[in-house]
Amino acid sequence: MAKETKTLNLNFGPQHPAAHGVLRLILQLDGEIVEKADPHIGLLHRGTEKLIENKTYTQAVPYFDRLDYVAPMNQEHAFALAIEKILKIEVPIRAQYIRVMFCEIGRILSHILNVTTQAMDVGALTPTLWGFEEREILMGFYEKVSGSRLHANYFRAGGVHQDLPKGLDKEIGVFCERFPKIINDLELLLTDNRIFKQRNVDIGVVSKQDALDYSFSGVMLRGSGVPWDLRKSQPYDCYEQFEFKIPVGKNGDCYDRYLCRIEEMKESVNIINQCLANLPAGPIKTDDGKISPPPKKEIKQSMEALIHHFKLYTEGYRVDKDEIYTAVEAPKGEFGVYLISDGSSKPYKCKIRAPGFSHLQAMDYLIKGHMLADVPAVLGSMDIVFGEVDR
Amino acid sequence: MQNIQDLEKILNSELNTKIKSSLIKHGQIYLKISDSDLTEVILFLKTNSKTKFRQLIDITAVDFPENEIRFKLVYLLLSHEFNQRIILEIDVKEKDIVDSITSIYPAANWMEREVFDMYGIDFKDHPDLRRILTDYGFEGHPLRKDFPLTGHNEVRYSHETKKVIYEPVKLEQNYRNFDYESPWEGTKYIKEQTKE
Repeated sequence: MAKETKTLNLNFGPQHPAAHGVLRLILQLDGEIVEKADPHIGLLHRGTEKLIENKTYTQAVPYFDRLDYVAPMNQEHAFALAIEKILKIEVPIRAQYIRVMFCEIGRILSHILNVTTQAMDVGALTPTLWGFEEREILMGFYEKVSGSRLHANYFRAGGVHQDLPKGLDKEIGVFCERFPKIINDLELLLTDNRIFKQRNVDIGVVSKQDALDYSFSGVMLRGSGVPWDLRKSQPYDCYEQFEFKIPVGKNGDCYDRYLCRIEEMKESVNIINQCLANLPAGPIKTDDGKISPPPKKEIKQSMEALIHHFKLYTEGYRVDKDEIYTAVEAPKGEFGVYLISDGSSKPYKCKIRAPGFSHLQAMDYLIKGHMLADVPAVLGSMDIVFGEVDR
Repeated sequence: MQNIQDLEKILNSELNTKIKSSLIKHGQIYLKISDSDLTEVILFLKTNSKTKFRQLIDITAVDFPENEIRFKLVYLLLSHEFNQRIILEIDVKEKDIVDSITSIYPAANWMEREVFDMYGIDFKDHPDLRRILTDYGFEGHPLRKDFPLTGHNEVRYSHETKKVIYEPVKLEQNYRNFDYESPWEGTKYIKEQTKE
């Protein structure tokens, strides 16, 4: 007599430590095999795009920090670039270097978090403790330059808000000297670790074609062997001036994606080192008074500066009628801003293209046929942050 | 890297009757087509060996409530081979139903769901057209320009009923939308004069 079987529906999340935020997954299980996964997202939806439509361009920047909150400046970068392209602003070279440097710091921040929490999801606690010590230092740099550890609000159209405080470049230099050893330690714990490999190798394999079809970008795409990085292929700011390599995976499984992230961190350190070695002197934002606010001491002396200050912080600057899509290589993939301006000081429409959104969409395809215990491993390797998925 | 001008020429010669207008701006091609040609044009862009737009980056809509044709649907495509981007536009009326492109790009699934959720545009032959970002049982389409910024309902935990309840939004202070534009260059009648 054949035994009667039935599928079991399991509700995973929204409050689950391995869900990396507020993900609700409805899993259909046959025994321990996942047959179907239906992610319910939107539990962190804050209407960012609607809010941005009702704020001036300057006021919109902090909303970008709150998308992917582990690498805030990378997102501000996309928004700043979009405005700069429409207004045809020349960004001073020192500002470009600072922006690149902090974008790479953001990349390290994000990759440390992802690599170590992925390890935690499959059972290793130590990397998290080690990694977070370094994140703390990096967030200290954020604080020194912008005043806050997480929501920096530092990049502006035309440059950055303020110059590096004295001595910060040396501190970052010291960090860059020490950090490769930390990466090495993490690798000693994980890369050849038998349990880590058993949980990750050949899990969540993505073929090249599927990676393209599902709109994957960033590490998810490179892990499957597509050499595509916007920093190289469509360079923005001064990325052309740096030498760095793009690590590409072979098998497209969770383990390859982990390896890519580790290598990317090393390359980021390399880029930061190049930034520090060649950091040019000069202004840190455009001197166009209609766009960037005047220095405080000028406000006390110059009538024009006072008017500019007042206008910029009440009405804000106006952006000509235009339509543009700009993308940056955020740690998680292609982060884009599709901006429509109508000549006023508020965006008419600002669509945010978050990499995590399309990655999470493929959850059903990735997890089909895997065991229930692989769900956190796959989820971890996708590098999902709900701030940007739900917007 | 294929030259963007050449790419535009190829598009215009191969698709000439289907293209309403094309434009090169900011290093990207802006194409305007009619909504009935959508699937055909997208399939061409994806499969043709001279274009190879293998990746759909995003789908979004723009709302112009004062226009008769209210929405503009925007498809962003990327070609890795030629390192080019296309911004494809179609006009959509409020009650129109647009062909879904999930059969061409599987990634379109959630993107179309998002457009449906945020703007209320329907898609034909979509496998699973549900709301995606808003709450269960949500009403209205938040990114339409006539949807209020505060929304209609707010949620709180009620101690009396011991459960989470929905009630109409009550604000201690109304949302203040200041008009900061300078009276010298910003007033309406001056703007209308300069337009002419």
